[in-house]
Amino acid sequence: MATDDDIPVADDSRLGGAHSAGLVETKCFTFADPPEELELECGQRLGPITLAYETYGELAPARDNAVLILHALSGDAHVAGYHSREDRKPGWWDIMVGPGKPFDTTKYFVICSNIIGGCKGSTGPSSPNPATGRPYAMDFPMVTVGDMVRTQKRLIDHLGIERLLSMAGGSLGGMQVLEWAVRYPEHVASAMSIAATARLSAQGIAFNEVGRQAIMTDPNWGTGDYYGREPPRAGLAIARMIGHITYLSDEQMHEKFGRRLQDRETVGYDFKADFQVESYLRYQGDSFVRRFDANSYLYISKAMDYFDLAAKYGSLVQAFERVRAEFLVVSFTSDWLFPTYQSKEIVRALKANGVPTTFFEIPSRYGHDTFLLPNEQLAETVTGFLANVQRRVRSPAGKGGRL
Amino acid sequence: MIFPRRDRPKKLRLDYELIESLVPDGAKVLDLGCGDGQLLSELIEIKGCIGRGIEIDEQAALECIGRGVPVYQGDMLEGMSFYTDAQFDVVILSQTLQQALRPPEVIREMLRVGRRAIISFPNFGHWAVRLQLLGTGRMPRSRALPYHWYNTPNVHLCTVKDFREFCDRENLERVREIFLSPRQRRIGSVGANWRAGLAIFQVQRRGA
Repeated sequence: MATDDDIPVADDSRLGGAHSAGLVETKCFTFADPPEELELECGQRLGPITLAYETYGELAPARDNAVLILHALSGDAHVAGYHSREDRKPGWWDIMVGPGKPFDTTKYFVICSNIIGGCKGSTGPSSPNPATGRPYAMDFPMVTVGDMVRTQKRLIDHLGIERLLSMAGGSLGGMQVLEWAVRYPEHVASAMSIAATARLSAQGIAFNEVGRQAIMTDPNWGTGDYYGREPPRAGLAIARMIGHITYLSDEQMHEKFGRRLQDRETVGYDFKADFQVESYLRYQGDSFVRRFDANSYLYISKAMDYFDLAAKYGSLVQAFERVRAEFLVVSFTSDWLFPTYQSKEIVRALKANGVPTTFFEIPSRYGHDTFLLPNEQLAETVTGFLANVQRRVRSPAGKGGRL
Repeated sequence: MIFPRRDRPKKLRLDYELIESLVPDGAKVLDLGCGDGQLLSELIEIKGCIGRGIEIDEQAALECIGRGVPVYQGDMLEGMSFYTDAQFDVVILSQTLQQALRPPEVIREMLRVGRRAIISFPNFGHWAVRLQLLGTGRMPRSRALPYHWYNTPNVHLCTVKDFREFCDRENLERVREIFLSPRQRRIGSVGANWRAGLAIFQVQRRGA
């Protein structure tokens, strides 16, 4: 659930700076060409499938230093660095990925791909349907978190990586982390779930549904085939505004906006944006529609709703029976969208299976979005966890066994 | 905590050494209030143990992560509740019993998730403590008990005698008792309730 419009640029991450990933380019990997389409969890077949991805750092000769980063609802493959010298902002997790940063690109080979169903280079509802030559729109099959992960596995195979040293993701990215560790246990040495859940709560589904209804009731959405016409900007903007509220916290909003007025001395007794918070949300909504496809929002938010490891495997404890990775689970005190108790459910089920699990509840006033903001404790946690995982992987006699 | 764990000298302390000596090689160990993870890290490195920690202090938990010790940052009762029965061979509670809000529950949980418990605590029955209360009429303070009554985290201090009685009441078998003087020298069990600054008990359920 990246709110990339808001991402602070670390001082040292200016293009060419010592701690910046520097210039990077998005690459593409296409597979599942007909007749070998991928059968999705919903039963429909999809192909060809393209994944847009970026890599940072060098893969070690032993191929044992690869770290996969999984993005959230509105993220993309561009996790760090810049695409061109004119870029105003770096990638969405630039504060965490780069030389000397927690995901240290001088030590680790970092990979990030855009999820299937997305609109940032990977196959999604705005991609051309080979059967018609026109964008899929609502003919795009429903994709799940499981499908996202299965396509990522194909990419990892393509890159010649047998076992990932680690993986990390926040929010929907954390859901993908859990799915990876369960689905491909032999291929994941360690996993980091940040502000995530093993199943989206009713509250989470509720907010997603309001967002979807905002989009689908926009007259411009029609039947979803708005490509080449005016897209449902108003609907998507409202979806984004609602989403944005859920990523923040009451305390942070009070601090950031309070009841301060925007460009006026007194309230106007009209329906223009009186308050700063209104103006801020309108800005967030407007800027989001310029870079995101409304149908991708529908599909990805639905994939989040469907995610439920407990239902799929009988219980969460049973789901994690197969896990071979060691785990880091992080939550944030003020996150009310993916609250700490949901991370603790993950911890409980991992511990019941004897999985080496570290849990850290980071005090923060910034709500769900904390994972995208500079946070020393998160940085230190990731740095320490990764360094120890790498040490253990390289000397398997080391510590950290299953109970 | 009597000695905040972060301030511990890098060299292994005698009480740590003694606790380590009670832990078999390769044991599955849970350390409650594990601080910066030094004890667990040594058990893992030297004795090939499988170690887990629970620590509520954020900074200390970060140090555990830096050492590669799997740690649960949070309350020890809640952290233990996540484990199934008998997942550990040994559960350690080093100088934290006196800070627990509900000591009986903590010890019951320890012996649910583990077969044995190793519990160390400062002995409030030491003669200098008794003398201070008798002589000054104020709450005793010492190197081992540096706090004032109003800011002490030690809400459940006890004596060696108290703890033995507690074990009987809870139907716990006292497998080992080890005593240290306030100067960290090992002493015998004769008159331990007068002489010991620190007591280390290894207990298990009777009949276990």
